Amino acid sequence: MTAVLALPLLIPLGTAVACLLAWGRPAVQRRLSLAGAAGLLGAGLFLLWTVAARGITATQAGGWPAPFGITLVADLFAAIMVAVTGLVGLAVATYALGTMDARREAFGYQALYHVLLLGVCGAFLAGDVFNLYVWFEVMLIGSFALLALGGERAQMEGTIKYVTINLLASALFLTAVGILYGVAGTLNLADLSRRLPQVASPGLQTTLAMLFLAAFGIKAAVFPLFFWLPASYHTPPAATSAVFAGLLTKVGVYALLRVFTLLFVHDPGTTHRVILVLAGLTMVTGVLGAVAQREFRRILSFHIISQIGYMIMGLGLYTPAALAGSIFYIVHHIIVKTNLFLVSGAVWRLRGTYALAPLGGLYRDAPALALLFAIPALSLAGMPPLSGFAAKLALVQAGLAGAAYAIVATALVVGLLTLFSMTKIWHEVFWKDAPEVVLEPEERLLPSMGREEAGLPAVGARGVRTAGVRGSVRSHGAGAQARGRTLAMLAPIVGLAVITVLFGLLAEPAFRLTARAAAQLADPTGYVRAVLGDAR
Amino acid sequence: MTGLLALVIGGLYAVGLYMMLRRSIVKLLIGLALLNNATNLVIFTSAGLVRARPPIVPPGAVAPPGPTADPVAQALILTAIVIGFGVLAFMVVLVHRVVQTVGTDDLDAMRSTDT
Repeated sequence: MTAVLALPLLIPLGTAVACLLAWGRPAVQRRLSLAGAAGLLGAGLFLLWTVAARGITATQAGGWPAPFGITLVADLFAAIMVAVTGLVGLAVATYALGTMDARREAFGYQALYHVLLLGVCGAFLAGDVFNLYVWFEVMLIGSFALLALGGERAQMEGTIKYVTINLLASALFLTAVGILYGVAGTLNLADLSRRLPQVASPGLQTTLAMLFLAAFGIKAAVFPLFFWLPASYHTPPAATSAVFAGLLTKVGVYALLRVFTLLFVHDPGTTHRVILVLAGLTMVTGVLGAVAQREFRRILSFHIISQIGYMIMGLGLYTPAALAGSIFYIVHHIIVKTNLFLVSGAVWRLRGTYALAPLGGLYRDAPALALLFAIPALSLAGMPPLSGFAAKLALVQAGLAGAAYAIVATALVVGLLTLFSMTKIWHEVFWKDAPEVVLEPEERLLPSMGREEAGLPAVGARGVRTAGVRGSVRSHGAGAQARGRTLAMLAPIVGLAVITVLFGLLAEPAFRLTARAAAQLADPTGYVRAVLGDAR
Repeated sequence: MTGLLALVIGGLYAVGLYMMLRRSIVKLLIGLALLNNATNLVIFTSAGLVRARPPIVPPGAVAPPGPTADPVAQALILTAIVIGFGVLAFMVVLVHRVVQTVGTDDLDAMRSTDT
């Protein structure tokens, strides 16, 4: 058992258990959570360094040889994903220290958060289709509870849709796993990669491929299976939204990339062409959905869908350069999208609403926050020199090289519409003058929106106001605590913005790394040899 | 036997999906439970049905005689049942909370977060 592969699983597991043992002591839980998240980032970077230096690393849990035991395996793609999970995990854990309310913390927020990270890391490291299913379920149960935590009406409605569609996808996934096992007699990814072409006819393989595409497509929010995402992601607190937006759909994308480079490569003319068409439709519907929205987090939610299109565009093109572009895009998107949700939470802290109409004037009141929004927003839209430009450029170049002009044109137009959406948020939230009646946004919201929707920010706004009053009444120590909470909220936003800029400026070395990861994906023999050994 | 189970599985999927499409949130729950069981039966059936042949190696031999039941598929189903049970238990509590919070079991009344 290689420790480097076990650590990204043991650290969040240990942290979650320790947080549960410290039930009722939120101060201890907070420290544990921060330490666990930092440890996970360290373990992720260590894994990335190991895999980059020594090639694909695999281990068999319990010492059973490969196709029989539980395999943990990390190629460069998986290692990159684990490292980014650690980064987002630390950023959101820090942000939660500053923003999470005491009631949610008392009901186990920290423990659930680390269960979620455990599931995400496990899914990245699983070397076996059934284990992938199990890790998906670990991640899902964590996300279900996090989404419902707090019990507000909007959250409940969002959760029921999210849970239903995800359980349906899980049933579909498990059905596909069952049929795959019946066909091939093994579920080890490396073993399947070798054996599937021998035992299954191309037609059967395509059928299985489409089952997996539907199951993972729901989880990744691919067209036309994305409707659950904008119905649920804007309902929980910003910290929860941010980690969902950053990581969860990307696990679905990761699974798609994994099975469609390792298992179902018998007929790329059919399967990958389907993915390419879906990619284009996902981009367009996502961005058009965003154009119609008038609420900060709903716009961002629709943009997640649109960006998923770019990630699977690289898979649809199915060349090493395109896969490298996809991986680069996933990393860029996770960092940027998490940051945008964190900024939306900071705006909510200041104004008590996410609706665009009552917001405004923040450029004058909080110019630093405006700048911190502009960096990820422009990066999302693909402005040079930020990371989104390099990511889009890589995909467009790969598309032109493959003569896929329709998808390239779609990608460019959608990029323009993304810029339009970000400009809309910029104008409405930061640039325009604040509406004359600043307080009581809930009352002015009532006619245009549902009472429940308006009720959610109203509760928060009241909470912020009372906190402010309490802060002024309390002693000097409370003031220092409030400053600490503000710092905890702003530090991850600044950190992720700096990383976005660096990632854009250092795109060349970063792209070399993703190109190596893509080369490993494009040629699965290295993966198979690392898991099964040379003898087989 | 396989044909019979295939019919059962098909029936369970159909009933499960039909229940999920009803307006009542409790029927949604029942639909998910049926779907879960149909999936377990898919794994059971697709791994090959063998009657009364446990995969046990007799003393002195190195392999069990003749075709045996596949223990891996059963281990998979066992895991899937446990996970399905846990998730369903969560779902029951969630449905209870949703009905309490929203005040109705009608799914059509839960559209305020939709777009």
